[in-house]
Amino acid sequence: MVESGDRRYGPAPLPQPRGPVSAALHDALTSAPHDLPADLASEFDGVDPIDNEDLQLTLFLCYELHYRGWRGVDDRWEWQPSLIALRSRAEAVFEVAVRALAGPQPPLLDGRMASALAAAVAADDGPALSAYLQQRATHEQFREFVMHRSIYHLREADPHSWALPRLGGPAKAALVEIQVDEYGGGRLDRMHAELFRVTLERLGLDNGYGAYLDAVPAVTLAGNNLMSLFGLHRRLRGALLGHLAAYEMTSSLPNRRYGRGLRRLGLDKAATRFYDEHVEADAVHEQIAAHDMCGGLVRVEPHLAADVLFGASAALALDRLFAAWTLDSWQAGRSSLRPRGPGAPITLHVDEPHRATGSETASLMTGLAC
Amino acid sequence: MTSTITPYEDGPLIVRGDFELRTPDGTPIAPGRATIALCRCGRSAIKPFCDGTHKVINFRAGADRDTPKPR
Ligand code: FES
Ligand SMILES: [Fe+2]
Ligand SMILES: [Fe+2]
Repeated sequence: MVESGDRRYGPAPLPQPRGPVSAALHDALTSAPHDLPADLASEFDGVDPIDNEDLQLTLFLCYELHYRGWRGVDDRWEWQPSLIALRSRAEAVFEVAVRALAGPQPPLLDGRMASALAAAVAADDGPALSAYLQQRATHEQFREFVMHRSIYHLREADPHSWALPRLGGPAKAALVEIQVDEYGGGRLDRMHAELFRVTLERLGLDNGYGAYLDAVPAVTLAGNNLMSLFGLHRRLRGALLGHLAAYEMTSSLPNRRYGRGLRRLGLDKAATRFYDEHVEADAVHEQIAAHDMCGGLVRVEPHLAADVLFGASAALALDRLFAAWTLDSWQAGRSSLRPRGPGAPITLHVDEPHRATGSETASLMTGLAC
Repeated sequence: MTSTITPYEDGPLIVRGDFELRTPDGTPIAPGRATIALCRCGRSAIKPFCDGTHKVINFRAGADRDTPKPR
């Protein structure tokens, strides 16, 4: 149990539980590693995992042990067998739901991976969150958006780095080319996670790692858990690369909108730098990701093509749910974050979000910087 | 000094390696990263770099030398 003196870099503060399973796990984590009750995961039978706060937090509690860990929690919990067993049960339920949401994948024509990814991205008719943030969001709503995104951006690129030891050849070289840029070419002040920290500070927000975990709803945790699921299972390496490609391919245009939104609200260059940087960086990354990385992967392992497309579709689908949740909350005059205080129920309603029309779609996508 | 310039289908030119980007009067243009994308659709707002606008305008271009059709 090594405690870092700098909250910016983790370990994360242990979040409050959101149901019986996360409560039992939370409790257990505060003492030395020991066996969890064997039937704990049966609580998850028959739930809709994507909007289930208890399941998503349980997964997040298990996964974070593989990133920066939890403050005050024994690091040996990471591989405690009963915790891994609980995680596996939750993952199985989650993966089935994500596969259903992503839908069947079209067959690859002549091994044209990049065109298939481009088609998946072009067909994505998500709600117009980036347009809203550019044109209408209040200062407070933009802060909320940034709080949601902080869960990922403060460890930006990390889940996809798990693919590195699992690959050889052209896909690996391409992934390294992207990740080097994500990590600022090895310069701390250029690392994308560090650029995001500046945005948090400029907006008067907490720059601590995991500081907003209690505030974000299941749908936000689910997007993060998806990356960890793909990253921690070698069998899902194709999906992990497809996920990264989808992020890179839906980033430049929305990030331009986020930057404009912040400027409209009077924020300065330091605050928008994270978004401005992603307009340019991800215009490079998207080419490398689609052609060299995913294309390179399926040249070596053609049987992974469907997984790549599944990973991309899953990334887009979960991001659509996030955008719908956020816009629905704002349009109903609510915060998109969880109410403060324990026990407040949150239900996610996901049908018929506000859709962008055909030609608008490309510029209105939700878009995640990556 | 070795570098490569690769046209990517329907997208920018990707430049890698040991290169220097300069204005006509010789002033260096900071590339910002080791591998860069140069706009070839003409519509980027951050020229000479690509900003993804080529997708919005449906830019089409091959990844090899274009050969004009004989008349
Ligand atoms: S080639 Fe990408 S914006 Fe012109
Ligand atoms: Fe990126
Ligand atoms: Fe990034």
